[in-house]
Amino acid sequence: MDEHESPELTEDEKRLFADLMPEDLNEILDTGVNRRHFLKLMTLAGGGILAAQSAVAEQLLTRPSNAPSPTELAPVSLDNAVNVSFKVNGTARKLTVDSRMTLLDALRERLDLTGSKKGCDHGQCGACTVMVNGHRVLSCLTLTASCEGKTVQTIEGLAQNDKLHPMQEAFLKHDGFQCGFCTPGQICSAVAMLDEAKKGQVSYVTENVRQTTGPAKLSNEEIRERMSGNICRCGAYPNIVAAIQEVYNGKPVEQIFRSV
Amino acid sequence: MRPFTYTRATDVTSAIRLLSQNPNARFLAGGTNLLDLMKEDVERPSTLIDISELGLTDIKSIASGTNKDGVTLGGLGKNTDAANHPLIRQHYPLLTQAILAGASGQLRNMATNGGNLLQRTRCPYFYEVAMPCNKREPGTGCGAKDGINRMHAIFGWSDQCVAVYPSDMAVALAALDAVIIVRNAGGQERRIPILDFHRLPDNQPEKDTNLVHGELITAIELPQNRFADKSYYLKVRDRASYAFALVSVAAALETEGNTIKQARIAMGGVAHKPWRALKAETMLVGKEATEANFKQAADAVMAEAKPLAHNAFKVELGNRSIVLALQMAMKGGKI
Ligand SMILES: Cc1cc2nc3c(=O)[nH]c(=O)nc-3n(C[C@H](O)[C@H](O)[C@H](O)COP(=O)(O)OP(=O)(O)OC[C@H]3O[C@@H](n4cnc5c(N)ncnc54)[C@H](O)[C@@H]3O)c2cc1C
Ligand code: SF4
Ligand code: FES
Ligand code: FES
Repeated sequence: MDEHESPELTEDEKRLFADLMPEDLNEILDTGVNRRHFLKLMTLAGGGILAAQSAVAEQLLTRPSNAPSPTELAPVSLDNAVNVSFKVNGTARKLTVDSRMTLLDALRERLDLTGSKKGCDHGQCGACTVMVNGHRVLSCLTLTASCEGKTVQTIEGLAQNDKLHPMQEAFLKHDGFQCGFCTPGQICSAVAMLDEAKKGQVSYVTENVRQTTGPAKLSNEEIRERMSGNICRCGAYPNIVAAIQEVYNGKPVEQIFRSV
Repeated sequence: MRPFTYTRATDVTSAIRLLSQNPNARFLAGGTNLLDLMKEDVERPSTLIDISELGLTDIKSIASGTNKDGVTLGGLGKNTDAANHPLIRQHYPLLTQAILAGASGQLRNMATNGGNLLQRTRCPYFYEVAMPCNKREPGTGCGAKDGINRMHAIFGWSDQCVAVYPSDMAVALAALDAVIIVRNAGGQERRIPILDFHRLPDNQPEKDTNLVHGELITAIELPQNRFADKSYYLKVRDRASYAFALVSVAAALETEGNTIKQARIAMGGVAHKPWRALKAETMLVGKEATEANFKQAADAVMAEAKPLAHNAFKVELGNRSIVLALQMAMKGGKI
């Protein structure tokens, strides 16, 4: 479809539009300008949501439609653009983002920092773990807009020049991964978790939470509980725990995995 | 996610004003529940008012008033900070345990105390917009009532909704008689006892709480008590960690020798709000802290349960959990 073309709406589309976006109907009838946006919305929504709401939509979506496929769409315009200045891995960054853009998407798609992974996109797997202002958080549930003035550290910021972070070294040594998908999130989480323990933070399995002096002691059980927000589908957990123990204790832990 | 405008609130008064002017606006705190629901198209706000930089994060002893000697938690403080604060760990270890039983380290670093109380049900029919759900879309019916309702309520449900309220923190707050402090657009403060904060579904399941649109949770007050030596939060779930409760019990006792002077029992995962077992608590007063007496109290609580097709197991589970939680409380809550 031609980029600048704005054809008339069909009667069905008009009705659907009146149903879903009544405030925009007149504008589109007059100028056709929003038609593209509207069709894009329908494509992005995958039909299901709209269909469930409107019988008209259902008819529309079940007959062959002349809506453009996503690849044909005009470059995505920024809805409700927000300016954000923040520091990512030590470098000041300025972005203008759609208010909906999550930090994970901004890192991966706007800043080319593709280490942080999108697993579930709903806070359930930990693959997107990064540190914001020094605390581990989930970038899939963080809006980029809310990061104004903050510092973000990702897996890409852990190594110093050519020298890997000790946690990265330990993961390598202990085979703390198979496919590697969860690994950046595991490592960021582990680094921050050791810091939390050093500050004396407790966990659900801490024997006595009323004891408030000194750093927390990390048994394997403690490590497992504290790392429970990071899911590994390959099941590399025993090796991940070994890697974390090695960094925590500062002395070599015997490798569990050996290719004898 | 549908388009919305994003506003960063700079002070409490204007944040509340912005919210009360727009019925489709929502506060954004940690975002861990709201953004999730927006991605699922369950929540469709036109405006987000980011309140995360407003302060209101202090944890401190209450200096004066009727709750003097208690502790107040800022409404916008993070769950991690509440759980780990020395005042909370020392005087309200039950709250520490309950918060740490919920979610994961990353989520607790984001989640706020006010947001935690206002998180919405995890009923899968509520989350799936293609399903009928009276809570999400009043009048469409309840998919869970005659559907898969293993995770659902055994107390206080109505034909309109059988969902459970998911927060762990709130269950401990219910046992601790916390008071929620909210502020409205007129600048007035309202103090809501935690047991009056959440609602049972009745025929308005879309209303989770008695909060009025436009009110901001500014603080949570914990009155002083003598439960710190004997309390425990027990959470029973499908996985050892990082899962919502099938049943949870916040138990707290004050004893003299082995005689119970005061008892607190609140349950999670069983109703549309934290379920406080007031009658059973009264039964325990003056009794010896023995397994037989704990069992009697648990039987009294569970006698009132009305299980659904798939969750009858929660009755026996709840019964045993109450006994175990009270026994753990007697051991000082140490695992
Ligand atoms: C994978 C996963 C697992 C989880 N597991 C558990 C669990 O096991 N146990 C448990 O208890 N919780 C669990 N949670 C829920 C988590 O604890 C809540 O999402 C969190 O506490 C909500 O806080 P928030 O600050 O992120 O709220 P937001 O998502 O920012 O807000 C939630 C709601 O509260 C409103 N709001 C926020 N702050 C205020 C305020 N101060 N005044 C008025 N309104 C306000 C918002 O407008 C919104 O409607 C889990 C969450 C996820 C994603
Ligand atoms: S139980 Fe409540 S939340 Fe779940 S489908 Fe029924 S009405 Fe909706
Ligand atoms: S992608 Fe963020 S937790 Fe799964
Ligand atoms: S290594 Fe494959 S998911 Fe963890």
